[in-house]
Amino acid sequence: MTASITRRYRFSASHRLNSSELSDEKNREIFGKCNNPYGHGHNYELEVTVRGVVEPATGLIVSIQALDDYVQSRVLERFSNRYMNLDLIEFAQLVPTTENMASVIAGILSHQWEAAFGKRGPALARIQLQETARNGFELLLKAKAGTSPETSERAKIYA
Amino acid sequence: VVEVTLEGDPDPTTGMVVDLKEVKDILKREVVDPMDHRSLNFEVQPFDKVVPTAENIALEIWRRLAKRFQPLPSKLYRVRLYETADLYVDVTEDDVNSKQLQR
Repeated sequence: MTASITRRYRFSASHRLNSSELSDEKNREIFGKCNNPYGHGHNYELEVTVRGVVEPATGLIVSIQALDDYVQSRVLERFSNRYMNLDLIEFAQLVPTTENMASVIAGILSHQWEAAFGKRGPALARIQLQETARNGFELLLKAKAGTSPETSERAKIYA
Repeated sequence: VVEVTLEGDPDPTTGMVVDLKEVKDILKREVVDPMDHRSLNFEVQPFDKVVPTAENIALEIWRRLAKRFQPLPSKLYRVRLYETADLYVDVTEDDVNSKQLQR
């Protein structure tokens, strides 16, 4: 029997929404106050959903400690208290919107997922990134054990 | 905290998917009364034999509810069990029907 388990993590980071492909005027028009020159911060909430077999011996899908360590070392430690535009290589050319952040985080997490949780182990099924209480983005990944081609592609690009 | 989601078409007359009173009664009888303020390991079956992880408790709640919601016009869509505010388990029909997901 399978089930999904979702763990919620928190981190704070800052960004400025500005695209190098657009004029200053166009950036201001599209991003509004999010384009203010010195950036601003958010308290992000990241949900990571793992789907897999509930192991008969343990009753667990995944070790929460192992999942926490994995997310902590790959995402939280890198994103936490950073100005994403300058501190994270992933956003050197990419606007750090919550959409793009969710996609980047999915890429980072799926990159070495199989190595960490096993080829036949539980799958990374969903990322939900909440920017404020009023807006967030959800990314559903292929609910299949191991890394799907789509997510490994992302990993290549961003991780 | 347990969240139970039912799926169905709203009744044309009442505008309701399901009578919430009936849902409440079933939840109370099948889940809350037998499990509330109990030591799951010692007092609630099958947790004398099965480890009462959030995963297993969610699956057991699904089993207890799935058959009870048969006579109602709506069917069980999801059981979500919160172990803490930051950790929850979802069980859906796909999970119960899955042939052990790739095994």
